[in-house]
Amino acid sequence: MELGLSDEQRLLLQTVRRFVKEQIVPLEDKLDPDADEIDPQDRDRLVAQVKDMGLYGLGIPAEYGGPAIDLVTECLLAMEISQHRAGLYAPCYGVFGGSSLAQLYEASEDQKLRYLYPTLRGEKTAFFALTEATGGSDPARAIRTTAVRDGDDWVINGSKLFISGADQADYGLVFARTDPSQGRNGITCFIVDTDTKGFYVRRVIHTLRSADYATELEFENLRVSHRNVLGEVNKGFTIASDRVSRARIPYAAACLGVAMKAQEMSIDYAKTRKTFGDLLATRQAIQWMIVDNEIDLRSARWLVLEAAFKAERGHPFATEAALAKLVASEAAGRVVDKAIQIHGGNGVTKDLPLERWYRELRIRRIGEGPSEIQRLIVARNVIGGAFH
Amino acid sequence: MSVRINKAWMPLTLESVKRLKGHLGVYQIQDTSGQLIFIGYAGGRSLFGLRGELERELASRGPGHNFRYEVSMQYMTRYKELLMVHAADHGELPADNRKFPPPRLGRMRPV
Repeated sequence: MELGLSDEQRLLLQTVRRFVKEQIVPLEDKLDPDADEIDPQDRDRLVAQVKDMGLYGLGIPAEYGGPAIDLVTECLLAMEISQHRAGLYAPCYGVFGGSSLAQLYEASEDQKLRYLYPTLRGEKTAFFALTEATGGSDPARAIRTTAVRDGDDWVINGSKLFISGADQADYGLVFARTDPSQGRNGITCFIVDTDTKGFYVRRVIHTLRSADYATELEFENLRVSHRNVLGEVNKGFTIASDRVSRARIPYAAACLGVAMKAQEMSIDYAKTRKTFGDLLATRQAIQWMIVDNEIDLRSARWLVLEAAFKAERGHPFATEAALAKLVASEAAGRVVDKAIQIHGGNGVTKDLPLERWYRELRIRRIGEGPSEIQRLIVARNVIGGAFH
Repeated sequence: MSVRINKAWMPLTLESVKRLKGHLGVYQIQDTSGQLIFIGYAGGRSLFGLRGELERELASRGPGHNFRYEVSMQYMTRYKELLMVHAADHGELPADNRKFPPPRLGRMRPV
């Protein structure tokens, strides 16, 4: 694995770092500390700048019009783009454009025309609805939402929990049980328009997160055309599993971005804050916290880039992606925790972004597959399937 | 927690507002005709939290209004939820929120 950055990567990182520092952070000085969106005029202006930089649509495959950027560089950029207060769940307030749901790249051409392409152009937004009140990590058993065939339609009944963006979305991917006698092989994925009769967003679920909040959905005799089945009936879980695993790697990188910023803030603070007549930076207790943070950051960064490197080259990367997500989300939480300790009382105030990162990072150990599931994946791969 | 605030209304007077603490949270304002006209929040930049925001409301609106509030650390998501609930119940945002609606407010259909 190549250790050094290329000139092109270095230039890209510098450009994005400057963009975050000069364009995003000053906006946040005027926003509420829990804000998750910026003024539409600012947004349009910044989107235009990002397009000029050739970076709009980060995460979108080049064949679909995204910038031709490899996954290692995408992860390095994710570490930069998240380095501001809202950066974990609203990186640069979305001005780099969104990658679409990975599963949609496997859609039929008709479905791509109706859903994927408008989404890539920024005309439509989508949600992903898998988790239910009965669980999220074991969806094969937990899914109680049903879909029953009725002529050319399917009729969906049930509910979903912790679904982000459904209240604003134009459509979403909804997983429902279509064969009750099968576990994993009885689940189908449907593309559901949110203006369909029987689709209800019942409430916002208030969590530690300030951005990208979750909602609870209910489906009451919701009719969906058969042409909106994504992939094959009863094969909902097989769609784009590689793309989904791949998306976990920049997700892990974003955790590190805020942690890197927290470490930078801690070092700056330790060099200026005095206690008992001397700078914090001279105190061994503080030095060790900073060193522990550095160990966490460097080891997690290495795992993220290794996963990206392997995925980019088409090597097996399930173990590496799981390790990257597991280690980055847990390490980032520890780093921000220590950064708060170094900042003392200031660290827990809304004057600094640390408290928001601390809250939101806690969710990263659960979202996109909790730490325990990542450990399960790694154990299965390194010990062998026969022991599970 | 109910998606709607079901607490009793209180008169928006200096006396009642002075009793509030500086918590983060959300609040609603009702006009003299009993119409809910504004949903607001006391966020991280609000000086003296709910008390500060409601003192400001009292100063700008004058007497004759009512208010109710909810202390919430999740004031931003709760604020958006209350706006969406109002839009679902009444077909539009409260009159004073219509002047400066959040950029991308979603749609809800609460029970």
